[in-house]
Formats: sequence, structure tokens, C-alpha cells
Amino acid sequence: MARMKFLVDAERCIECNGCVTACKNENEVPWGVNRRRVVTINDGVVGAEKSISVACMHCSDAPCMAVCPVDCFYRTEDGVVLHDKDLCIGCGYCFYACPFGAPQFPQAGAFGLRGKMDKCTFCAGGPEADRSEAEFKKYGRNRLAEGKLPACAEMCSTKALLGGDGDVIADIYRERVVRRGKGSEVWGWGTAYGPGKPGAQPAAGGKS
Amino acid sequence: MRRAALGAAVLFAALFVGGCGESEQVVVYKQGKYQGKPDTQPWDNAPLAAEQRGGNWTKSDRGSWETAINQRAMGQHEHKRIYNQ
Repeated sequence: MARMKFLVDAERCIECNGCVTACKNENEVPWGVNRRRVVTINDGVVGAEKSISVACMHCSDAPCMAVCPVDCFYRTEDGVVLHDKDLCIGCGYCFYACPFGAPQFPQAGAFGLRGKMDKCTFCAGGPEADRSEAEFKKYGRNRLAEGKLPACAEMCSTKALLGGDGDVIADIYRERVVRRGKGSEVWGWGTAYGPGKPGAQPAAGGKS
Repeated sequence: MRRAALGAAVLFAALFVGGCGESEQVVVYKQGKYQGKPDTQPWDNAPLAAEQRGGNWTKSDRGSWETAINQRAMGQHEHKRIYNQ
């Protein structure tokens, strides 16, 4: 059973913002809303600068879902956290609950009127007819229903951002880290790559 | 007078004892249930035309859709995609 996840390789991200641009373009995200952002730490410090691309992480136990007073969130069978904009009241609880700052609120007017929440959909649209105009206008493209992966991950030039079934992308990442011999410290070897030590060959068919 | 005093004493006793009661102080969290419109699954759609689609799968067959999407995900693995190792 697939469980869709993103995984970011801080050793590879070059802060090009290609993922941000791809997302904006693919989903025609309005002004003031960034479903995906690139966060850089130690900016300008030689050897210590690291960047990662951050969006909704489609948590398995999503705090946004827990705090929503109108229960507009749901999780699809393939593990993507989505919401119904027809129900959302734009209260902002999800924004405070989310550790990644994923929920975004379009603002318009002189008084900063806050609109309905908008966030990364893993390019899976929302509760409208798949691949319909209504779905595109409210939630953006439904690439999963087209047999494609999120545009941000597919556009990433260095393949720092991986998207897809958690088992598949973790395997890709593990093999990459084993080949280059570093990078495991970012997420923790046991958590991200399964049992074994850095530098060891992954077990055949092993899952992380 | 005596009845009033007795009534006041009973009332006071009731309030006094009531203050000693232990009522539940912790809010019991109840998991909400999705209230919105139902959504369809990606594998319930027919694949797009060959030149547009990401992968090929059989409509309503989850397994074939997952195989197609996982195959596409492996395109992110340059060691396999480019060097075929």
C-alpha cells in the first residue's frame, strides 16, 4: 500500500527554487501563497550552508487535522492529507498547529481579509471531480490522477527533492547515501535507512 | 425561626459538601470526522492519452496504478535511470 511522502536531501539542494516555481506554475497558486518554500540555514557560511525544500509533509498523524474546528481535512487511501475548501472557514488553527508552516492563507483587501486555507496537495487535487476545471481552480492540478508525481519533485534538477511512495523514495535515498558515504546524519540512520551502518551495502529488498 | 435556621443550615451543608465534589476537570478529546465532500481515488480515472500520461494502468485497479507510479518514482534514481546500475 503506497503512502505518499516527500524526502529532501540537504546534501543536494542548491537553493535554486525550481520546486517553488514548478509548484506555482503547475497549480497556478495565487499571489502571496507559497505552497512550497526553500529554507536555508547558515546562509553564506562556507561549508555550513544547507538548504531544504519545505511544504506539507502529509503527516501520518496530522496536527492540522486534529485541530480543525470544522473537520475539513481528510487523508486519502494513498496517505495524502487534503482538505475541502468549501468547508474551510479560514480560522488559521491549522497554521498554528503545523510544525512546517504549510497552511497558507491568501490575503486581499485593505484589512488583510484572510481567505480559505491553501496548502500543498501532493498534486492530488481535492474533493471535486478528478481532472475537472473546478478541481484545478480550487486545488490545482491532480497529477496523481494522471499517473504523475508532484511537479516540484519531478522538476528538481539535482533530485534533492524526492516524492512518491515512502518505501520507494527511502530506498532511492538509502542507496544514494551508501554510495556517497555521507548524509545519514541529517535524518538519522536508523530512522531513514533501516538497520545497518553507513557505508554498508543495503540488504536486498530491504525497507527502511 | 427555627425552621429558617434549619433550612439555612441544610443549604449551607449542601453547598459545603458540593464544593468537595470531584467532577471531571480534563477535557476529553474526541477525534473529529471529515465533514466534507467525498473524493475519488486517482486509480478510478482512466489513463490519459499516451502522449500526455505519466503511466499506464487499468481503471479502478489500485495495484496497477501503484506499479505505474512507483515505476515513475524510480525515474528519480539517477544511478538506475542513467547508469543502469
